[in-house]
Amino acid sequence: MRDGQVVKGVQFRNHRIVGDIIELSRRYCAEGADELVFYDITASPDGRSVDRDWVDRVAAVIDIPFCVAGGIRSISDAEQVLNKGADKISINSPALADPELITNLARRFGSQCVVLGVDSRDHHGDYRVYQNTGDPEKTSAAHRSTVDWVREAQERGAGEVVLNCMNQDGVRKGYDCTQLKQIRQNCHVPLIASGGAGNMDHFLDVFQIANVDGALAASVFHSAEIDIGDLKHFLDASDVHVRL
Amino acid sequence: MAANNIAIVDSGGANIASLLYAFKRLDVAASVTTDPATIMSAARVILPGVGAARDAMSRLRDDGLIDVIRRLTQPVLGICLGMQLLADASEEEDVDCLGIIPGTVNKLPADTTCPVPNMGWCPIRQTAPHKVLHRLVDGTYFYFLHSYALPVSDYTVATAEHAEPFSAIVSHSNFIAAQFHPERSSESGSRLLSNFIGITS
Repeated sequence: MRDGQVVKGVQFRNHRIVGDIIELSRRYCAEGADELVFYDITASPDGRSVDRDWVDRVAAVIDIPFCVAGGIRSISDAEQVLNKGADKISINSPALADPELITNLARRFGSQCVVLGVDSRDHHGDYRVYQNTGDPEKTSAAHRSTVDWVREAQERGAGEVVLNCMNQDGVRKGYDCTQLKQIRQNCHVPLIASGGAGNMDHFLDVFQIANVDGALAASVFHSAEIDIGDLKHFLDASDVHVRL
Repeated sequence: MAANNIAIVDSGGANIASLLYAFKRLDVAASVTTDPATIMSAARVILPGVGAARDAMSRLRDDGLIDVIRRLTQPVLGICLGMQLLADASEEEDVDCLGIIPGTVNKLPADTTCPVPNMGWCPIRQTAPHKVLHRLVDGTYFYFLHSYALPVSDYTVATAEHAEPFSAIVSHSNFIAAQFHPERSSESGSRLLSNFIGITS
């Protein structure tokens, strides 16, 4: 999301507008999405908080859970978003800058509200965390190994981890099952795969190979290349249990 | 009694906006309140809750609502933490709860295949007849978001599975409670809320 519109980039760059937030939310609900995640990609790099009126509008029209990410730096930021009807908040760069934020959010709202977003990619044979990925000019490596960060975040009370595998994002060649499998072994809270979905087999692979709890995708749904209802029937027929 | 008068107890949790919107989608008027008179005279009462049991209990105590809730005779629906508050006690920070529905809330056992918190859609199985489950068949999915739960007991109306089965819905006289979030459970959740509104005991 940027300025109330849904946008999508490739490998976190060159974002273009793909639609209206309310229209898309309604469409995905009707198709059978299990959860929606809204990333405000402008928020963190600009050092400001998001305009959150859209959270009310989304909460009013959808009847499935949704998570808000972007610019949540404090208890009061989180409280505002949750009070408007979001079910979870996801934090990424602000948690890297101040890991105590995870602890404080979990203590105040419970682990089940606190999602850690991690942007990670292979760096000379090790997976490293990147920050401020909404803006290519400001994206930087956080000098942390992804495994260590995921472990620390769980100890601090993060209730879910969304792992964005950056080298796969928007290129539709499949999820990074190798990386996800490795993180899965170190992640005892729900793990959501993000980045790389291009066809239905990719979803099946990530559930079967990496044993993730959920698979997140944007491009293939925005472009209507994959219908969520069709995808869920396909997964169900392949013994991946989903809500139909 | 007209069911167009729903009092949502402001327990300080964060899912209250979602509940208000859910009733709005059902075209039913609901208000968020801590006023004892409003709660006592409402046709239906919802006890929601997100967060920790101890905080929520102190809030109810500070607002003078403990006995008000215990004495309610109209249909009352506890949701998520609200369900746990209706129990005798919670293992979470070892806190005494309202003692309306027998049982003690336990932490979900962690298991390599069952991460805690339990966050996601789980199918439920009915174990006792109840009007809230009218036209909701076994295997219907609801959205769960919790680390603690009530074990299965004589008061269980429906179960769900994590590492072990737990109570997804419990009921005792006019009190009903769901561990999941009907307000975020798509059509099945709306149906459950409609069923609750339609109860004419």
